[in-house]
Amino acid sequence: MNITVKIWRQKNRDTKGKLVTYTVRDISPDASFLEMIDVLNEDLVRKGEEPVAYDHDCREGICGSCGLMISGRAHGPNHGAASCELRMRSFPDGGTITVEPWRARPFPVIKDLMVDRTAFDRIMQAGGYVSVKTGQAPDANAIPVPKHHAEEAMDAAACIGCGACVATCPNGSAMLFVAAKVSQLALLPQGHAERKERVERMIAQMDAEGFGACSNTYACEAECPKEISVQHIARLNREFIRAKVL
Amino acid sequence: MTLDAKIPSGPIEKKWDSHRFNLKLVNAANKRKYTVIVVGTGLAGASAAASLAELGYNVISLCYHESPRRAHSIAAQGGINAPKNYTNDGDSVFRLFYDTVKGGDYRAREANVYRLAQVSGLIIDQCVAQGVPFGREYGGMLDNRSFGGAQVSRTFYARGQTGQQLLLGAYSALSRQIDAGKVKFYPRREMLDLVVADGQARGVVARDMITGTLEVYTANAVVLATGGYGNTFYLSTMAKASNATAIWRAHKRGALFGNPCFTQIHPTCIPQSGSYQSKLTLMSESLRNDGRIWVPKAKGDKRNPKDIPEDERDYYLERLYPSFGNLVPRDVASRRAKEMCDKGFGVGPTSLAVYLDFSDAIQRNGKPWIAEKYGNLFDMYHEITAEDPYAIPMRIYPAVHYTMGGLWVDYNLMSTIPGLYVIGEANFSDHGANRLGASALMQGLADGYFILPYTIGDYLAGTQFKAVKPDDKPCQDVRSEVEQRMTQLIGIKGKRTPDDFHRELGKIMWDNVGMGRNKKGLEEAMKKIADLRTQFWQDVKVVGSANDVNTELERAGRVVDFLELGELLARDAHHRQESCGGHFREEYQTEEGEAKRDDKKFAYVAAWEFAGDTKAPVLHKEPLEFEYVKPSQRSYK
Repeated sequence: MNITVKIWRQKNRDTKGKLVTYTVRDISPDASFLEMIDVLNEDLVRKGEEPVAYDHDCREGICGSCGLMISGRAHGPNHGAASCELRMRSFPDGGTITVEPWRARPFPVIKDLMVDRTAFDRIMQAGGYVSVKTGQAPDANAIPVPKHHAEEAMDAAACIGCGACVATCPNGSAMLFVAAKVSQLALLPQGHAERKERVERMIAQMDAEGFGACSNTYACEAECPKEISVQHIARLNREFIRAKVL
Repeated sequence: MTLDAKIPSGPIEKKWDSHRFNLKLVNAANKRKYTVIVVGTGLAGASAAASLAELGYNVISLCYHESPRRAHSIAAQGGINAPKNYTNDGDSVFRLFYDTVKGGDYRAREANVYRLAQVSGLIIDQCVAQGVPFGREYGGMLDNRSFGGAQVSRTFYARGQTGQQLLLGAYSALSRQIDAGKVKFYPRREMLDLVVADGQARGVVARDMITGTLEVYTANAVVLATGGYGNTFYLSTMAKASNATAIWRAHKRGALFGNPCFTQIHPTCIPQSGSYQSKLTLMSESLRNDGRIWVPKAKGDKRNPKDIPEDERDYYLERLYPSFGNLVPRDVASRRAKEMCDKGFGVGPTSLAVYLDFSDAIQRNGKPWIAEKYGNLFDMYHEITAEDPYAIPMRIYPAVHYTMGGLWVDYNLMSTIPGLYVIGEANFSDHGANRLGASALMQGLADGYFILPYTIGDYLAGTQFKAVKPDDKPCQDVRSEVEQRMTQLIGIKGKRTPDDFHRELGKIMWDNVGMGRNKKGLEEAMKKIADLRTQFWQDVKVVGSANDVNTELERAGRVVDFLELGELLARDAHHRQESCGGHFREEYQTEEGEAKRDDKKFAYVAAWEFAGDTKAPVLHKEPLEFEYVKPSQRSYK
């Protein structure tokens, strides 16, 4: 396959970036999207140019490092897959692909396609946990958890923290990300002792980081590589109201 | 140098208890006077950093990712073992201990393994309390699945994402301590060297991967939780950034390297498809619970697998190992797959694959049942290969997956450098020559939650510390060395990229130091690696500057260390004239093609001492004694 790629190049946080056009030739349709960028990068290095900087690591859709806006779609055209899971056969031979970083005020660009998503970590630090010290736990089977609660908690817990939900949201909202954690811990008895403080603190941190509000466009659910449902946002809202009135 | 493993005396089931009583304690109010650096935030690093901070120590946590949650523990799929005996099938601490020592082909330390089995139940308790959504039965109790090398069901799982859920649990505990101010967390920092002052590990030099600044962090002790070195082979199931630099630099500062040749080749990975390939993808071993492995009985049979009738298929694992069947340990399953392909029975476009077939299980339990258990793995396979594994069998082939070897540590998890602790995959302990499935998560979390937090206190309480500050000479000397190395790399301005050298190293390793090893091939590998290293220092091309985001510079630095470690790996494999677990020397096998150990000569841990860049490393031996599990020819028939 031969592909034309327009890639966002930006030297650093304070410099203005622009799209630069490259041609990548003879790529196998079985190659992954990131391997296509690797091939481009090796060519650039051989020519003495700087390679395109982008975050990636596990390359199997679980670490959440890669996050590319591919021709206007977060993680590209396939449903339920991260950028690293995309294969070149998903694109037409001879076509043009635009590759941009996540665009959201709380995710400043570091370089090229690499952005700073530490805002997510700060939201987690504000309450995305059960306060149990090492050694304090009772026997694992001491508290039965109904299977469907455990399964639904797992659906939410599958979040990889990639930021696609924010990048694709017209408001740059992080509601799906926050909902995934709040919902997981609200569904499990282990999370109940702190459910009020958790939702209040995580929402406050989300707002402080500058993420926008949710207006129910469901774009997040459509682009989430783990297909996390907006029903968890509904539960987040319930948890928030519960915290305020109870 | 004599290696003292510091194994406590007494009967095995009492060792850890009596040792804990004998360890010196740091008074609760004094813990805040000590600082510990933890490098890495995977299962071992995150759990250790969180637990140490909960105890009251000051913790500095470094990782090269943007967030602790990106560490490669996240990718572990199948599960975590614990002898809870919830299934009432006769499991016990002793049985898990026995299975692990046997599975490791009698090359692990009994006392360590017993302790691991003892604390593993606590891990499940801890993780459930953190909100890890393990798989459950309809009554609300935890469910278990089976894994290779065991005949009981003791594996706890969270779908096919157990590593992710356990890491997110440890990450949540770490996040809580970051919020509490007890952990100072520094993302996007890569440890490039260790500071040893007055014979004690007292700090690290790390590069800020955004600005390029070289920073010095100092503390009373350093913990390395930096994972394994599988990427020495270039293609592996490791993450792209996984590297050996932290442990290799510590090795060069005096930490002995234990059993480097013990590498695990995982039997169920998606086969390589082209030269552009950047990594290999694992399909969890748990699939072997319900998938059946086979090849056509006829050589070079290129028919669609659906068209090959039952009596023309060879379910070779079930044939060779009737009692364990498809659930033989990884080393055995991998070697047999290679053997089948070498003999010409391989399938798929490259003929380097065997089938993993779920049609029986789908017929028995239905597609939704399979989807619930393995849905994400099936989706991943479909995405990568464009084939639907619900409809036709998966093609699988072994790939480098885990390294049992690592820095040598004593029973307290301390290396040969006082104050340098090594935990998780980065150390050599517990798994011997072959790791059983669902034991890596267990070991990482055992080390971090329940072992290191006790043993490190003994060192801190019993050691006199002089003040060491980042501006002091020992720190600045190391910093300058690191700086010079980077300047040198950028200054070569050769023609080949770091990845180009890495790929060549990987090919040498896979061809000569992979699943089948022999004397001639290993000698050839050592020579080729030495030559490649010389070429690297003459012809590598590193673009960009040291004061900016520079992924090429990062890679070049890692390849430097892989090129040195690769040679040690081959040397260790060459010296170990026996086969055991994942180390298969073709000269030493039974008539049935199983690994043939030589317990008289090789029942020891090979711990290598770095002797200088131009001198051969020095071998030290820690003899292994087996009081409780009598070494025998492993049999899974």
